[in-house]
Amino acid sequence: MALSGIEIFKKLPKTNCGECGVPTCLAFAMKLATGQAELVACPYVSDDVRAAIDEASAPPIRPLTIGTGDRAVKLGGETVMFRHEKRFENPPGLALVLSDTMDDSVVNEKLSKFKDLEFERVGLILRPQMLALKGESGDAGKFAAFVKRVVDQIDAGIILMSDKPEVMAEALKICKDKKPLIYAATRDTAEAMGNLAKEVACPLAVKGSGLDEVMAITDKLLGMGLKDLVIDSQPVNVKKALEDQVVIRRSALVKKVKQLGFPTITFPGQLTDNKMKETLIASLLIAKYAGIIVISEMEGHNVFPLLLDSLNIYTDPQRPMAVEEKVYEIGGPREDSPILITSNFSLTYFIVSGEVESSRVPAWLLIKDTEGLSVLTAWAAGKFAADTVAMFVKKCGIADRVKHRKLVIPGYLAGMSGELEEELPDWQILVGPREAAHLPAYLKQWSAA
Amino acid sequence: MALEIPKVSYSGKIKEIVLGKGDKALTVGGETSYPFYLFEGQMSLKPRIAMEVYDSTPEDWPPAALEPFADVVSDPAAWAKKCVDTYGAEMIALQLVSTDPNGENRSAEEAAAVTKKVVEAVDVPIIIWGCNNAEKDTEVLRKIAEDCAGRNLMIGPVTEANYKQIGAVAIGYEHTVIASTPIDINLAKQLNILLGNLGVPDGRILIDPTTGSLGYGLEYCYSVMERIRMAALTQEDERLQFPMVCNLGKEVWKTKEAKQSREEAPKLGDPVKRGVLMEAATAQLLLLAGADILIMRHPEAIGLIKDMLNDLLAA
Ligand code: SF4
Repeated sequence: MALSGIEIFKKLPKTNCGECGVPTCLAFAMKLATGQAELVACPYVSDDVRAAIDEASAPPIRPLTIGTGDRAVKLGGETVMFRHEKRFENPPGLALVLSDTMDDSVVNEKLSKFKDLEFERVGLILRPQMLALKGESGDAGKFAAFVKRVVDQIDAGIILMSDKPEVMAEALKICKDKKPLIYAATRDTAEAMGNLAKEVACPLAVKGSGLDEVMAITDKLLGMGLKDLVIDSQPVNVKKALEDQVVIRRSALVKKVKQLGFPTITFPGQLTDNKMKETLIASLLIAKYAGIIVISEMEGHNVFPLLLDSLNIYTDPQRPMAVEEKVYEIGGPREDSPILITSNFSLTYFIVSGEVESSRVPAWLLIKDTEGLSVLTAWAAGKFAADTVAMFVKKCGIADRVKHRKLVIPGYLAGMSGELEEELPDWQILVGPREAAHLPAYLKQWSAA
Repeated sequence: MALEIPKVSYSGKIKEIVLGKGDKALTVGGETSYPFYLFEGQMSLKPRIAMEVYDSTPEDWPPAALEPFADVVSDPAAWAKKCVDTYGAEMIALQLVSTDPNGENRSAEEAAAVTKKVVEAVDVPIIIWGCNNAEKDTEVLRKIAEDCAGRNLMIGPVTEANYKQIGAVAIGYEHTVIASTPIDINLAKQLNILLGNLGVPDGRILIDPTTGSLGYGLEYCYSVMERIRMAALTQEDERLQFPMVCNLGKEVWKTKEAKQSREEAPKLGDPVKRGVLMEAATAQLLLLAGADILIMRHPEAIGLIKDMLNDLLAA
């Protein structure tokens, strides 16, 4: 937890020399506490004090990055147990497991599928970002060759999996520049794996059976000066998996247990052989704090629900998600297709566009910027008032794309149709259904004539 | 190094509510910790799953959802029976969609007749879910409550607009009410206070916080449910200490992605597995947020959730 200004002040030289740019040590301490100044500005603090202040002000769950560039996966940095308190920071990395004992053709097929798994939603690209490469053969040369083949083919956050430091060392030679996660240091290999991780400056996972063993290993690695760690507590069942995730997060946040202040890595496939159930365990782990979720099979039907899950849980609860203000074409609308208008609250957009799509009636959907507010709220706040709606209808250019002049407004806003007709004298305002679910029936009987 | 688990101290407990009557009656609630946090509390009564039955033949269901019920969709009683006999349903939820004035607008008498048949066909607890039009639901649920007096049906959605009428018949004919509010903790509490003032006993109230599907607003329900549970258990908010019901099957299966065929959405994999996983993942998240009763559709999704419940609640 961050130190207060007074606590920091006690550790400063109290000479008020002013070299930090503010006149007194106390003023400097206050600035530090609020993040407006950096400790390096004071040349007189000792290394010990610097370490103490750094440690005390470090985030309770270490933020770290796996991979580089576009596909870098950020983990950790979480500050709350419940998403309504403050948004969850970094969605979990979904990783597909591949092994050096798999046939080349299988690996290639899995990789090409993996590349295809990309979905656009609310202007965001959703996709699994990581590959977990397993050195199951135990052969350093074979594993390194396998790693090379994969990283040459695809850009993704890499997890290297081997319990053998010598096998890991070879694989790291191939891809250390990609900042892979080294999985894993165990009780027996902590020192060797720790040294490897230090040498290549890559994050390191800790694998222990149970939290006590995990803590013993992280403690040792922290002592060696390692900072970017990831935890695997090897739970034996689903119940324990949930418990471990909760206890890790809570210990780090509430009790500042520094040995547990790291993102986690989880393997739902170790808890079941059923692929469908594996997806459900993954879905539970998304909501309950996992940092990385390694899954054994990725198909559209299991990855898509997991990506939605992650999007939902990690959405900022304080800020409604909004879609872009524009004319959306659904099902290839023509000049005699209906025109509907609604707000740009993403949920409204999804539900309305989904219903229009399922009606199979091609339509123009006008999405007006309401700052992410739903129709009724936007109307109450003056963001969906007749004059602004009229202005948008005029400037969006829809009039040039259709022959008719009929505009369907949300049923809840029936009251504004008169006013809107005054603002848009060339148009006929139609009141649509109140519930989006009734849109298909409405659209089917709609006619431009 | 032995870790001392930092525990939350819970001061509240969720009320236990009996569903249905007779041998097959169930009890839900009774939690003394956040859902499935068995390392610091109890959850001795399992969350339950009610299988959906519709009062009119569904027209817009994707093949994945229709297939398990294809032979019974036009006969609600046979449908309910199939759910119980073939799929092992522990509860039934009869969705009275055809009463909607914007749709088929079937009368209260017709709805009551269908309900009667379903109630006679199975002996498990039954939820009766109206069309979400306050006026029509009042009329329909009142008639059903009367015709099925003493059966302890779970009837809803009961809203601020019709709680007085439906609450009164629930008291009179001994049913349980599902108090429904639009994703808002304060409104949920307010409605429970009103029901209490009206005289609905605590043992006969369930909360419907309003449910959205995965990808379609689930996050809002998830957080409201977490907050309701938090207030109930740690802030002793007595009027929120009721079990929660989530009517999720219909929300999931009406989404675009649950309906699309392989041709329409080649990147989304197998349509059956996709729909099943979307429903099950939605249910899983709602359970984590505090759901006690899930209203679900697909037998496979239900099977997966039961499996997860067994794992999560294992001794
Ligand atoms: S530079 Fe350091 S010693 Fe000098 S005033 Fe600033 S904080 Fe105090």
